[in-house]
Amino acid sequence: MAYPLELSFWTTIILLFLGIPLAYFLAYSRSRYTSLVEALVSLPSVLPPTVLGFYLLLALNKEGFIGSLWYRLFGKQLVFHFEGILIASVIYSLPMMVHPLTAGFRSVPKNLIEASYTLGKSKKVSVLTGVVLSFAHTLGEFGVVLMVGGNIEGETRVVSIAIYSAVEALDYTTAHVYSLVLLLFSVFSLTALYVLNRRWSLL
Amino acid sequence: MIRFSLKKKLYGAQGDFLLELEFEIEENEFIVVLGPSGSGKTTLLRMLAGLEKPEEGYIEVKGEVWYDSKRGINLPLQKRDVGFVFQDYALFPNMSLFENIAFGMKKKDPQRVMELLKLAGLKQLKDKKPSVLSGGQKQRVALLRALAREPKLLLLDEPLSALDPETAIILREEIKKFQRSFNIPTIMVSHSRQDALSLAGRVLLLSEGKIKSVGKPKDVLYSS
Repeated sequence: MAYPLELSFWTTIILLFLGIPLAYFLAYSRSRYTSLVEALVSLPSVLPPTVLGFYLLLALNKEGFIGSLWYRLFGKQLVFHFEGILIASVIYSLPMMVHPLTAGFRSVPKNLIEASYTLGKSKKVSVLTGVVLSFAHTLGEFGVVLMVGGNIEGETRVVSIAIYSAVEALDYTTAHVYSLVLLLFSVFSLTALYVLNRRWSLL
Repeated sequence: MIRFSLKKKLYGAQGDFLLELEFEIEENEFIVVLGPSGSGKTTLLRMLAGLEKPEEGYIEVKGEVWYDSKRGINLPLQKRDVGFVFQDYALFPNMSLFENIAFGMKKKDPQRVMELLKLAGLKQLKDKKPSVLSGGQKQRVALLRALAREPKLLLLDEPLSALDPETAIILREEIKKFQRSFNIPTIMVSHSRQDALSLAGRVLLLSEGKIKSVGKPKDVLYSS
């Protein structure tokens, strides 16, 4: 694949814009739909990827609900194009963005937000004051998952597919090399990110 | 002068009850609110601060109407000029002591912050984060943070109950000293008769959302 870095970049950007308001809603809303939204957001992490992929394929193809709309608007298919893979990637990684952020929002003690109110600060400033406490941490956590979790289309996934093919072909040497590289890379980046996280940790 | 009349339905452990309070506070008076858990003490403070909304009534502070259900006035809590001190301090862990105190000031005045820190004997710690402080020191900072705004009304929600008895004695004296020198009308919610005896001008004794008795600490405490 030609655009692994591009894909992970745009996935992260879109997830940030989508994830922050969504996580805010999940953490603070008392609406009766909260649980439903939370369940939907969590779906990609519990469904087998093939099930998710199957439904995405149905929705995104030229006859599908989203795909047909896209085709009418832009005159090209979503499936097998960058935009389609991007949508799939965003949906697949959504829980990894939203869960840590929601936990971050929830971990801001309510009384800090209230204290900020009583000190004359607006709602926005008050919530922000609290969120700053957990945000760096949360972002780091998310980075770990996205970087190491094998979710980047064409990057980690390519390696995993390569390993799969090698094992299929009984080429254990290649499989060992790829696996070891992936393992070491994961250990290294996880350690690096946890060290950074600890340093950022404000409490 | 502060006047309020407040009505709100509360959901207590022993069933629901109606909080119904009407009261007036003189300039610079120190009121201690006593009463069993769940009698509406904290709710009273939270309604005055604007953290909770009463169902009916009015709040008037020094000629300014903060709340009036009949006229549909409900001043947002950011505009109510209160200093609120929480039981668990609620200091911002990412800010230094200096920043915590300066955070709520209407006009940032670094010199004033230093004066306050000096007054509380915390000048050396000004650049430290709250996590290195003892409970007593934390509550002192929380008190300074509330006072630095020079509020029209100071609300203290059980500020001493999380502290050990020795620290509580010292801090009680400091609260008294500060309240006198700042001349700010103060309402303090408490569980302790000692708070009432050594701080209160008048004691307000609540029971199930109603005023059970009110008056000089000795009269209220030794008649019931």
